[in-house]
Amino acid sequence: MSRERRLQLIMPWAVTIGLFLIWEIACRAFNVSSFILPKPSEIFAATVKFYGPITGHSLHTLLTTLLGFAIAVVGGMALGLLVGASSLIYNGLYPLLIAFNSIPKVALVPILVIWFGIGTVPAVITAFVISFFPIVVNVATGLATIEPEMRDVLRSLGASRLDILVKVGIPRSLPYLFASLKIAITLAFVGSVIAETVASNEGIGYLMLAASSRSDVPLVFSGLIVIAILGVVMYAICAWFERRMTGWAFRGDIVT
Amino acid sequence: MTGTGTPFVELRQVALTYGEGRDATLALAEATMSIAQGEFVAVVGPSGCGKSTLMKLVTGLMPPSRGEVHVAGQKVTGPIKGVGMAFQNPTLMPWRTTRDNVMLPLEIAQPHRSRLRAEKAAYIDRVEKLLASVGLGEFGAKFPWQLSGGMQQRANVCRALIHEPQLMMLDEPFGALDAFTREELWAIMQDLWLQRRFTAILVTHDLREAAFLADTIVVMSKRPGRIIQIKRVDLPRPRTLETTFEPAFVEIVHELRERISEVRAA
Ligand SMILES: Nc1ncnc2c1ncn2[C@@H]1O[C@H](COP(=O)(O)OP(=O)(O)OP(=O)(O)O)[C@@H](O)[C@H]1O
Ligand SMILES: [Mg+2]
Repeated sequence: MSRERRLQLIMPWAVTIGLFLIWEIACRAFNVSSFILPKPSEIFAATVKFYGPITGHSLHTLLTTLLGFAIAVVGGMALGLLVGASSLIYNGLYPLLIAFNSIPKVALVPILVIWFGIGTVPAVITAFVISFFPIVVNVATGLATIEPEMRDVLRSLGASRLDILVKVGIPRSLPYLFASLKIAITLAFVGSVIAETVASNEGIGYLMLAASSRSDVPLVFSGLIVIAILGVVMYAICAWFERRMTGWAFRGDIVT
Repeated sequence: MTGTGTPFVELRQVALTYGEGRDATLALAEATMSIAQGEFVAVVGPSGCGKSTLMKLVTGLMPPSRGEVHVAGQKVTGPIKGVGMAFQNPTLMPWRTTRDNVMLPLEIAQPHRSRLRAEKAAYIDRVEKLLASVGLGEFGAKFPWQLSGGMQQRANVCRALIHEPQLMMLDEPFGALDAFTREELWAIMQDLWLQRRFTAILVTHDLREAAFLADTIVVMSKRPGRIIQIKRVDLPRPRTLETTFEPAFVEIVHELRERISEVRAA
């Protein structure tokens, strides 16, 4: 491994640790109250102390997010293929999709609570609706940008629309799909945590809300950091998957 | 043209207009010609004169605005099946290996499509043989982006040929290559044609290429494209690079060049 490569691997850790160090030093130097901004050491202590509940709640959030995300992937791919394959469906649905996407998803949570009550269901649905859109748009883009020559080659061989979809459309839209998954999974976390904060009695969002009402600020921050870590890990998994599945889109230039 | 019997491809006063109303562009006007089975035709003419349009009309990818196109005795009303096509841009699929790219027509065109599963090994063998005959024997397992431009274009020609189509449409397939590779591919193309005797329509800007490969050269005018000359090339086959230095060959190229510069100036 070259010096440069090693540095590249170390950099993210170094920067993160450096940030926490500055945070710790600044809090001590300016004597910041832990009700405003707790020191990283206090957050760490809170995490250790509430290790059990934090693990339970974050697992719950993780499952909620993954469920919503999974539905979004399946539904988003299906709709993306429909929208990308037919200009008629595209014209019919696109304005509606844009309109739907402009609605702030938090605003949906109260309605979901009316329909499904407090609990996991609204969180799953929020995670789904928030991560659905980028997947649809990306898959549709992948399909819509098939080279006309490629299409001509297939059509003159006697390919049906389904053939073209299977042989070119889907493989071509896969890199777009995987690129959107990285974005979608982080959005799904945003969705489920928002819904948990508003309408749940489980999950990391609920834990943070409960901690904040007890003025346990270090625990609130501990929740934030757990969410961030989950987000980064899921992002990394999606990115790894993307490289594995669509190496050709990177022209074999696989670096991890 | 001088082909014997009924023509394989026939254009009867075919015209094509793109767009409507004020945007309308007449791309091709009154094209009438016939191509015999097994004939190699080259189409030359200034840029934008409707050569690619002509290709799309013959293969039925677009309906003509006026006139009729007949292929193999039947009026063309939709994309005709089992044509081999190669464009300037190789359009290989980056997610498939070279071998799998060449396999593509076998997965779509009949009768191969229904036989492919049962006779996979035989078909793979056939693909390997064809790749070897164009000098890509060792590259079947490589991805297109691991090949040079010339190699990709060879694979592209293989893909157009593998299902043994009766009709080959070549739209400047060698346009983006260097002179040496191009001349090498002319010879390969001629060999394949001599073996299989498919009917071929080749669009090109290279007059030497036209004279080297074609039995008949069609010269088109500036847009809206009209066919202004049909030139027979009666040089013996197989033609070699030596042929291109012979007076008869040079004269044909010369004549074509003059014709085209007249057209462009007009
Ligand atoms: N899809 C299209 N819509 C509108 N006009 C088009 C379209 N395709 C081609 N044209 C027009 O038709 C004319 C003929 O185009 P065509 O592509 O057939 O030319 P060409 O002879 O193949 O040119 P080149 O040698 O540069 O490839 C051009 O003037 C072009 O502007
Ligand atoms: Mg063209």
